This record gives sequence, structure tokens and C-alpha cells, in this order.
Amino acid sequence: MRLKQKKTGMAKIDTAFFDLSKLEEMANNDTIIHRIDPRIKVLVASIFVLCVVSFHKYTISAILPFCLFLIIVMGLAEIPAFFLLKKIVLVSPFAVMVGIFNPLFDQQPIMVLGAITITGGCVSFVSILLRFGLCVGAVFVLIASTGFNTICLAMVKLGMPKIFAVQLLMLYRYIFVLIEEGLRMYQAMTLRTFHGRAIAMKTYMHLAGQLLLRTLDRAQRIHLAMLCRGFDGNIRIRQSLRMARLDLFFLAVSFAILLLMRCYNIPAMFGRLITGIT
Amino acid sequence: MHMADALLSPAVGGTMWVATAGTIFYCSKKVKQDLDDRKIPLMGVLGAFIFAAQMINFTIPATGSSGHLGGGLLLAILLGPYAAFLTIASVLVVQALFFADGGLLALGCNIFNLGVFPCFIAYPFIYKPIAGTNPTPLRIGIGATLGAIIGLQLGAAGVVLQTVASGISELPLSAFISVMLPIHLAIGLVEGLVTAAVVSFVWKSRPELLELTAAARPLGDISLTKVIAALGAVTVITGGALSWFASSSPDGLEWSMFKVSGHEELEAPEKGIHHTLAVLQEKTSFLPDYSFKAGEPEAEGLAETASWPAVDSGTTTSGLVGGLMTLALALSIGLLFRKRSKTA
Repeated sequence: MRLKQKKTGMAKIDTAFFDLSKLEEMANNDTIIHRIDPRIKVLVASIFVLCVVSFHKYTISAILPFCLFLIIVMGLAEIPAFFLLKKIVLVSPFAVMVGIFNPLFDQQPIMVLGAITITGGCVSFVSILLRFGLCVGAVFVLIASTGFNTICLAMVKLGMPKIFAVQLLMLYRYIFVLIEEGLRMYQAMTLRTFHGRAIAMKTYMHLAGQLLLRTLDRAQRIHLAMLCRGFDGNIRIRQSLRMARLDLFFLAVSFAILLLMRCYNIPAMFGRLITGIT
Repeated sequence: MHMADALLSPAVGGTMWVATAGTIFYCSKKVKQDLDDRKIPLMGVLGAFIFAAQMINFTIPATGSSGHLGGGLLLAILLGPYAAFLTIASVLVVQALFFADGGLLALGCNIFNLGVFPCFIAYPFIYKPIAGTNPTPLRIGIGATLGAIIGLQLGAAGVVLQTVASGISELPLSAFISVMLPIHLAIGLVEGLVTAAVVSFVWKSRPELLELTAAARPLGDISLTKVIAALGAVTVITGGALSWFASSSPDGLEWSMFKVSGHEELEAPEKGIHHTLAVLQEKTSFLPDYSFKAGEPEAEGLAETASWPAVDSGTTTSGLVGGLMTLALALSIGLLFRKRSKTA
């Protein structure tokens, strides 16, 4: 039984657990995007990210169609937008911290709108935020529409060493177990301390050490269990990926669209059409 | 300290990806050669341990800020460098996928910064010589603390170099490094102390575990020359890729050159920005109230255009209009999907 606590220290390990389960749950959905071969999805996501980051640092308008692409895929995969937005904001600090210096260091005016002068730094800062949102969004859409195990399988097919895939699968399997174990120990500790006090470094060292010992014991038990089931040092991954014609179609279409959006500034062309500026 | 996709250029990100993928292949081969099949479940569960332990924050004495365990060195001590590298890489992959720490392209940088430095530099050259084959709590403490500090400093320097080499951020190298290194010195110290405490805790209660890894020869040896050669190769490849990238795309380096000197554009006034401006002035009926800096009277305009970056103002307007419309379209499609999913 999990205690409902509003303390901040609690939040992190708890939300981690919640997020993992939530993403796993979304991956079990069944939509047109979910049914696409995972290899294709990994490829398309990589191309998407590469296209977005390869724009010049002052680019904003040409990046916007990528939002459109992401939103359409997200909509087709039925991924809740609010959840995604919350996640993007949560992980943004580093990019924002680094990017926020751009307006300070780059004072070159790029354009004047009425009384407001817009400097290059502001533009590149917005561009960084936009890139950040798109890249993070792409990863979330990939994982939420595919699931971790399937992505690992796809990566093996794409050439990742099998032992690394086994490591990833093992890790993923035991993350749930160990987060629960950690949560239990953490709760035991908070129940015995004064309310609201954050965990001290000294206590943490013992807690982590204890958790590590339990982990090592568990590894030994798992190894024995594996030996009982005939483990001989080789792991066999059941492989059942099949590329259908629809998958190839999706790859071709997305590739063409992404390339088009990368090579042509579509919003600018669109805007030119409307404003009449050649 | 996770690098983010948004701050990376494809050349830098791609190079780091290649370097990291190469290391993963190499380590996979090494681990496979090692006949100890106990390592397979151990690596998986220890990765999960690092994950769980990082999720619990603690307060740093006398500062009030919070820290968490950094895993690279601890894993190297428990597993040996090759297996530790694979483990930390797998943890970073899961973090990148589920918690968006970094991103797909930045994954290469992150694994390199947080994996290679602790496993192949801090562990073999700092921790091992200090702790020795017959460790005492004091030696473990000093070795782990120093190792964690140096590993993290190198990692932080890696982040700075990758960011600056990408050129998306405007932060100058010196300013960025003088912020990052002291911060990570403090973080490294705390991480080192925690790592030291956890290792001594294990050593006190289950000394055989540490002796096991210390004795596991096939995973323990790393020669300095090999590491230096590998790092040298990465540097050369990065440099090569960067210079190629810089020369093949003029809007990178030349762009900033142009910002300073203001040449190039003036050489061909008939075709360049002047021509565009003339057309612009003729045709600007849309948004008449907005004046563009370069669109001002001719006498001033010449001086203005010289210092003005090579942004085609026609492109800017239409980009603005078109961009807003794209955004509106994106939002309305999003809302449409939302409405549909509600009714369905």
C-alpha cells in the first residue's frame, strides 16, 4: 500500500514509477501508428531529429512544419497532448539555462516590428526552445507508440549488439522491481523521521548501500533461477518482426515529407503567396 | 548534466554517436569473451539499482541543495570497466527514452561524457592505483572521491566542448567552462563521497564482492596507450567532421565572419539584398506599419545593410506570416484530434 505524501523528496521516485507505467500502458494501445514496424518508427524518429537539429540556428519558421508532422502522428497514435507538454516542460531546464544566454551575447538586430527590435539572440533562443520541444516530443511519441521491448528488438535488427540488447531488457525488467524496493525503503525511513525533513546525505549513504546489497543478492538469485532454466550464457531473443507493404509506404511518405520540409521553407513560401512578396 | 538535442549540431552529435557506438561494440565483444555468465544478470540489476538510487534525492550538508548518486565509477568498481560501460549506457538509453534526459542525437554525447570518462579514465588510472589490490576503507574513500571528481570534470568539459563546437548556443567557451567546472567540482565531490561510502559499505559487509571484481582479470586490464589512441582518434574524427561541415555549409562559420566584416553582400548590389529591398518596397502593401530596418531610406540604408546580417527581409516577413499560419494549422489539427478522441 502506497502512502500519499506531498513531500517533494517523495515525488521523484514516485513519479518515475508512474511515468514508466503510464508510457508502457500507452505503448499497449492499438492504433495505426502502433501497428507500424518498430524499425520504421526508429528510423523515422531519427530522421526527424536529424532534420530538426540540422537547421541554421536562426531558423524558426522552417522548423514549424515539423510541429505539424509531430502533432499529426501524435493524434493518430492517440497520445494525450497534455501529458507530453508536461513532460517537455519538466525536462527543459538544461536547454533553457544554456539557451537563455543567447539573447545576452547576441545583440545583433535581425528585424524591427514597429517599436520592438528583435535581436538574433532572441531568435536563436526561440529556435532552441522549438528544437528542444520537437526532439523531446519525437522521443516520447516513439516510446509511447512502440514500447521499450519492441524498440530493443528493432535495434537488434538494425545492428545493435545482442548483449547490449539483453542488458537493456534486463535493466528495464528490474527497474520496476528496484524502484519499488527503493520506494519501500524510503517510506520506511520517512515513517521513522520527523515529517517533512529531507533525507540527509549520511542516511542516504546507508540507504543506498543497503539497497545495493539487496540488489546484489537479487542478482545472485536471478542467476540461479536462470541456470535452473537452462541458461548457458547465450540469450535468445524471440524475433517476430515482419515488414508489411504498409510499413514501407509509411517510411517512404514520412521520408519524403520530412525531406521536403527540410529543404524548403514551406511557411515562408506559403506566406509569400499570401503577402505577395517575391 | 545531460546534453540536449536542441544544443547540438548534426556533425558533433553524429561524431559522438559513432564514437559511442564503437565503444559499445568493443565492450560487447569484451564482455562476451568474459566467461563469467554471472555478470549478465548482475549488470541488468545493477543498472536498475543505479536508476532507483538516482531517483532518491538527499540534501547536501551546509548547502540545502540536493544531490543524487552518479553511477559510472560505482559500476566500474563493482563490474569492471567494460561491463560497467554497457550498464551505464543502458541506463542512459532508458533515461533518454522515458524521461527525455537529452534526446536521441544527444545520446551519443551523454553516453560518452558519463560513461567513457568514469569507466576508462577515472577507474583504471585513478581509482585502481589508489585502492590497489588490497583495499582499505581509507584508500577506497580517497580513490573513489578523486575518481568521481575527475570523471565528472572531464564529463562537464565534454558537455562544454560539444556545445561550443555545435555553435547553437552563443555562450563563449571561457565563460561556459568557468561556470560548468566549479559547479561540477562541487557535485563531483558529493558524488565521490557517496560512491566512497557505498563502496566501503559493501566492502565492510561483503568484502568478497569487491575481491571478485578486482580479481576478474579479463575485464580489469586497460592499457593507457590504447585509451589515448582511442581518444586521439575521436578528436581527429571530430575535427575532421567539423571542418568538413564548416566548409560545406557557408551559413555556419562564414556567417559569423560576415556579421563582423559585412562584406560579400555589397559585392553584388544588383542581385543581392538591394534588389530584394527594391522589390520589397514596391510590393509591401501587406503589414504597411511595420518598418524593416533595411527598408529605411537609401542613404542610411547602405550603412545599415552593411552591419545587418544576411537575413533576407522578404523571407523574414513571409516566414513570419507563413509560420504563424503553420502554427495555427498545427494547433487546430491538434484540437481536432482531441475533440475526436473525446467523442470516440
